[in-house]
Amino acid sequence: MLRLPSFTYLQPSTLAEAWRMKADAGPDGAFVAGGTDLYPNMKRRQQEPKVVISLMGIPELAGCEMRDAGCVVGPCITLSELSILPSFRRSYPAVAHAAELVSTPLLRNMGTLGGNLCLDTRCNYYDQTYEWRKAIDFCMKKDGKICWVAPSSPRCWAVSSSDVAPVMVAIGAEFRLVGPKGERVMPAGRLYANDGINYLTKHPDEILAEVRLPAPDGWDAVYHKLRRRGSFDFPVLGVAAWIDWDGADIADARIVLGGVASWPQEVAEGGTTLKGTDLSDEAIARAADAAYRPAKPLDNTDFDLSWRKQMTRVYVKTALEELRERRRSTRKPS
Amino acid sequence: MPPLDAKAKIALELNGEPVEVAFAPHKTLLEVLREDLGLTGTKHGCELGECGTCAVLVDARPVLSCLVLGLACAGRRVKTVEGMAEGGRLHPLQDAFAELGAAQCGYCTPAFLLAAGALLAENRRPTRDQIKQALAGNLCRCTGYIKIYEAVELAAARMRGEKAQPARETLYGYP
Amino acid sequence: MATRRKTAADRPPDRLTAAFRVVGKALRKVDATAKVVGATKFADDVALPRMLYAKLLRSPHPHARILGIDPSRAAALAGVKAVLTGKDLPIPFGILPVSQDEHALAPDKVRFVGDPVAAVAAVSEETASAALDLIHVTYEPLRPVTDATDAVTHPEPRIHDYGDGGNLHKLIDLEFGDVAEGFAAADLVREDLLFFEGSTHLPMEQHAAVADWSPDGKLTLWSSTQTPHYVHRALAKVLELSPAKIRVIATPNGGGFGGKSDPFSHEIVVAKLAMLTGRPVKITLTREEVFYCHRGRHPALMWVKTGVKRDGAITAMHFKSLLDGGGYGSYGVASTYYTGALQTVTYHVPRYKFQGARAFTNKPPCGPKRGHGTPQPRFALEVHLDKIAEQLGMDPAELRLKHLVPPNSLTANWLRIGSMGLGPCIRKVVAGSGWKEKFRKLPHGKGIGLACSSYITGAGLAIYWNPMPHSGVQLKCDRGGGVTVFCGSTEIGQGSDSILAVIVAEVLGVDPFDIAIVTGDTDLTPVDLGSYSSRVTLMTGNAAIQAAERARDIIARHAARKLELPAERLAFAERRVFDVENPARGLSFADAVQLAEAAEGTVGTVGSYTPPASPGRYRGAGVGPSPAYSYSACVAEVDVDPATGIVRVPRIFIAHDVGRSINAATVMGQIEGSVYMGLGEALMEEMAYRGNRNVVHKIPSLLEYKSPTTLEMCDVVTYVVEDPDPNGPFGAKECGQGPLLPVPPAVANAVYDAVGVRIDVVPITPEKVFKALRRKAKGEEPRFGPTAFPDIPWPDPTRVPPPWEGGDGKAVPLTPGASPGLDGARIPGHAPGVRDR
Ligand SMILES: Cc1cc2nc3c(=O)[nH]c(=O)nc-3n(C[C@H](O)[C@H](O)[C@H](O)COP(=O)(O)OP(=O)(O)OC[C@H]3O[C@@H](n4cnc5c(N)ncnc54)[C@H](O)[C@@H]3O)c2cc1C
Ligand code: SF4
Ligand code: FES
Ligand code: FES
Repeated sequence: MLRLPSFTYLQPSTLAEAWRMKADAGPDGAFVAGGTDLYPNMKRRQQEPKVVISLMGIPELAGCEMRDAGCVVGPCITLSELSILPSFRRSYPAVAHAAELVSTPLLRNMGTLGGNLCLDTRCNYYDQTYEWRKAIDFCMKKDGKICWVAPSSPRCWAVSSSDVAPVMVAIGAEFRLVGPKGERVMPAGRLYANDGINYLTKHPDEILAEVRLPAPDGWDAVYHKLRRRGSFDFPVLGVAAWIDWDGADIADARIVLGGVASWPQEVAEGGTTLKGTDLSDEAIARAADAAYRPAKPLDNTDFDLSWRKQMTRVYVKTALEELRERRRSTRKPS
Repeated sequence: MPPLDAKAKIALELNGEPVEVAFAPHKTLLEVLREDLGLTGTKHGCELGECGTCAVLVDARPVLSCLVLGLACAGRRVKTVEGMAEGGRLHPLQDAFAELGAAQCGYCTPAFLLAAGALLAENRRPTRDQIKQALAGNLCRCTGYIKIYEAVELAAARMRGEKAQPARETLYGYP
Repeated sequence: MATRRKTAADRPPDRLTAAFRVVGKALRKVDATAKVVGATKFADDVALPRMLYAKLLRSPHPHARILGIDPSRAAALAGVKAVLTGKDLPIPFGILPVSQDEHALAPDKVRFVGDPVAAVAAVSEETASAALDLIHVTYEPLRPVTDATDAVTHPEPRIHDYGDGGNLHKLIDLEFGDVAEGFAAADLVREDLLFFEGSTHLPMEQHAAVADWSPDGKLTLWSSTQTPHYVHRALAKVLELSPAKIRVIATPNGGGFGGKSDPFSHEIVVAKLAMLTGRPVKITLTREEVFYCHRGRHPALMWVKTGVKRDGAITAMHFKSLLDGGGYGSYGVASTYYTGALQTVTYHVPRYKFQGARAFTNKPPCGPKRGHGTPQPRFALEVHLDKIAEQLGMDPAELRLKHLVPPNSLTANWLRIGSMGLGPCIRKVVAGSGWKEKFRKLPHGKGIGLACSSYITGAGLAIYWNPMPHSGVQLKCDRGGGVTVFCGSTEIGQGSDSILAVIVAEVLGVDPFDIAIVTGDTDLTPVDLGSYSSRVTLMTGNAAIQAAERARDIIARHAARKLELPAERLAFAERRVFDVENPARGLSFADAVQLAEAAEGTVGTVGSYTPPASPGRYRGAGVGPSPAYSYSACVAEVDVDPATGIVRVPRIFIAHDVGRSINAATVMGQIEGSVYMGLGEALMEEMAYRGNRNVVHKIPSLLEYKSPTTLEMCDVVTYVVEDPDPNGPFGAKECGQGPLLPVPPAVANAVYDAVGVRIDVVPITPEKVFKALRRKAKGEEPRFGPTAFPDIPWPDPTRVPPPWEGGDGKAVPLTPGASPGLDGARIPGHAPGVRDR
């Protein structure tokens, strides 16, 4: 049986208590929410905190509140709750859908939104047991010196594998981070860095305290996920597409890809080419092409990398087609 | 190697009864159930959240006991397969699984039973598709899932008070 | 010894045709309740007082010499009770007598990443794990062999210093009649190259074992093994203990599929650790370690050449296979023979040549996975036939139906066919699936494909040569009317315990739930060779019938006296013994047992079973013969997305000739489960390695080794065909492996029907379909598959004339000047055209 290493488990009930515990533990401390990312990593000795501080008992981090200006979601809401809350589903179908596509129903009963957004990057040279990693002499992300995916590279290329993060970036959500030194609110995209090791711009002491979603008016978004099986599997490609409609035309658009880089990869050109169009076949093809060109999957997830690259075009296309379809069905004369 | 952890003690409700249990604090609920409470009905196939074999109910929701800390269960309601039969009578799901051969090796069975039980608690008349979705987090290598779906459907019908019997094709194949 | 000669065929024929009371019903399994309440004790559920936990240190190198091991720091760690290295267990073992090439802990050389080199027993699993990190091993790395082709081209450094040369473990060359002549007589000769990727069993239960050593010198091992008898023998050999001092208890297996059929390092290690420490020792492998135990499907490169007449009649077939065996022998010699054995048992093949090779490579050893060695050639053959049918302009179902092997016949390679229900199987799936309306008529992207197969119901020969029965049963009748059946068979989920109960209940007229079943315990139960090669129902079933009939005869004798009737007039049913002509006149079964016990003492009997001798008497004839062959036909429906290459299988129609269904519910479960596993192999399962990175297993986890979930599993329409075989108990044949075989080729054929590309490789992944579609769009050959079969130094062939050429089942001496095996060594493209005569 794979077991956790020994550690101290703490269950604070306020943010202040959590910071104090984290300050006491220093770099050896880690926050945990659902544990579905952290505990497997600890069992594989990819992460070895000595003190684990649960955020699940802190009331401020729970819940989901619909306001006029949008929705404020507590990071400790489980993915199951998020995907079944009727009012949330209605207003943010793309977010609910992405949450619903994470792993399995059992895991979604435990895994939280916050954990999903802070999910460690993944790589099949890294998501292995200690003994396995020892057999390849480890890698840069943990205990080693070199990156086996790109041996001449100075950086780690582990893949951002969250299903919900690309949607947050695409729809322009904001994150409120709170730390012992104060708080800040940032656009979702700014939480992430394109580096497999330092993939978050968040200070280790900072807690993701709120996810703020823009009011659901005038825009629409979808999320399409590619993976081998219909459950369990992480995305090898996630396509989040967001469109701000101005009548029949597109005022603004964003395409964000998951599973192809160490962060949710925005394809700026994809969005720009769509602007001002009515999502015609040609516009979709241009956007899909724009997404295809920069997508550089590496050989560290499931599936062959050249096929994954090919699939960006296909998946961006079907995602945009779905948006167009939805637009047509909602704008049908009533 | 640090010295063996001093044990921590928690109280919880287990299969409807209050219990207290002491265990090394880094242990998962899976380990506590199997090793410290002697309930070996809960199985494991990966200990990494990748198979669903270890599912139990915590506060009526099916979760992966290999990724839940024992310490996080203080004061919670935990239900395992051992708590499904009541008064010496099988739960209708258990009965239907036994009747149709939905348990072949039986190793995945406790988790399937609990996950299916949670589904039926919310949805008395699930469609085949809803059953597949609800059980999509449980792997079974023996059955191909088909007898499992059929058993869930049979149990659901019986739990609704219908006098359901398995279809002939289920037991004997098509003519 | 009388039991040896008397085969099922000698029994009155009514056993095949009689109306049954219990046999054939859909019954609960005798262990079902324990399984649904969580009471079944699997190996990891066994816990003994003062138990220690063991862990294995495994090699981080694929191929290396061990220069030294220093376990002293580990031994000094608090909580560590014992440390073992290779020198503590120097005696080699292995499942086959010809491949005694494994050590419990590698003494001088490691052969794959994961090969065990040292072991620790400690007070907790955590302590044992920590101790492993303190064991210092010095290695001298050697060049690793990454796959079979690499093994052919790199004979040095050798992985083992035995075998058929270099890194080739086994070479086989068998010839049944002159195939060249057969090809010359053909209207069409076609060659194809196909590859079947390796896959693993992936039982949900990870292997576990607990050993206990009693100060009186007795060792007990509980283990999740399919073969307690072979584990018993291996322990006796390696530990140098008398078998009488060893008790092996096979706990119910949480899935086996062939993956728990070898004696394993961890079983021997915990036994030794228990002996050293005097405390019980447990080991439970992690999922990753289960991948290292492996013994799964051999990756197989295959070349097949067949000559056919215009009507599809086969004139000759030549089949070559190259298997990637991994680091040890395991069952590999048998697996290699199996890749060539059963080509002849479905359609008539008058002349047949088989060349098989198994390579040693630096990967976890391959062995027997469900279908042992036959799903690969079956895939090749059935795809090949689909292509032939297309070239001939024939419906593939018709082609097969026209040329079925006749029942009660001999094949070119001297296998004796008994009952043969493939015809009805094909007709069922063809009718049920609407084949005639769909084949080549569905819209682009939708397809339908057909394939057939056959599988053995138990092997004709035991794994080690001996003249004793393959299965034994003891039976005891209790005064209260209960019956206990003792048998060495192992319950791995297939329902073998229930088979014993049903069969004995049928004969003695009691309820299956009146019967207590004791199995898989070398102290308590007579030997059964184990749960492999689909042998259990047939062999334990026949042994159980014999034991039960003997008990029935004893009981009948005394009941007849009491009822003043001739014993022949008595029937046993409904827990009674009564006059068939006047059922009211009779006794309860319990009363009848008491009469018998009063007169003769305890009513206890034995039964045993030995398969009939095989007619083939050439070297290699030991693999392939079986008391009976099961047959399956399968139609798969697929949806292929041409934009992505993603294949979905919504539905599979499967018909299986099980001879006689003993428990209908288990038969259904076995068929559906086989389809599931076949579907996984067809679409996604794959043992992948990083050849460029120390040959590590790329994905040793349940997440990345892709096993279909509820969302990938197809609907299954099952037809149970019963063509009773005189050798089977009540006519029964196997159903636990055979139905897997036709699934991958049916899917491959359906993909072709859907989008017109041939994927000559399993798994049929989207990448491969996508590439083939691109090739097709560019006007290139619409195919994805291997392109070459390496040159292999085949040995001189063993020539055995087929029965219809006057042979006697023995090999004939080589004719001088023959140049064996050169034809076809280089592949000139794989789609030769029709050759007109
Ligand atoms: C088998 C398996 C399959 C999976 N499949 C998917 C998948 O398909 N898609 C997917 O997106 N994910 C997947 N996951 C990953 C993961 O389970 C989910 O993303 C889940 O939502 C993580 O949430 P958690 O609460 O369990 O995270 P935790 O493990 O509790 O935390 C993850 C990380 O986030 C940090 N963290 C958590 N909350 C906060 C907070 N509020 N503030 C600051 N830091 C925080 C933790 O310190 C930790 O480093 C899978 C995991 C497994 C084991
Ligand atoms: S991308 Fe490179 S450095 Fe990063 S985890 Fe993978 S192998 Fe290691
Ligand atoms: S043991 Fe596999 S998910 Fe928990
Ligand atoms: S019954 Fe064996 S794994 Fe499901």
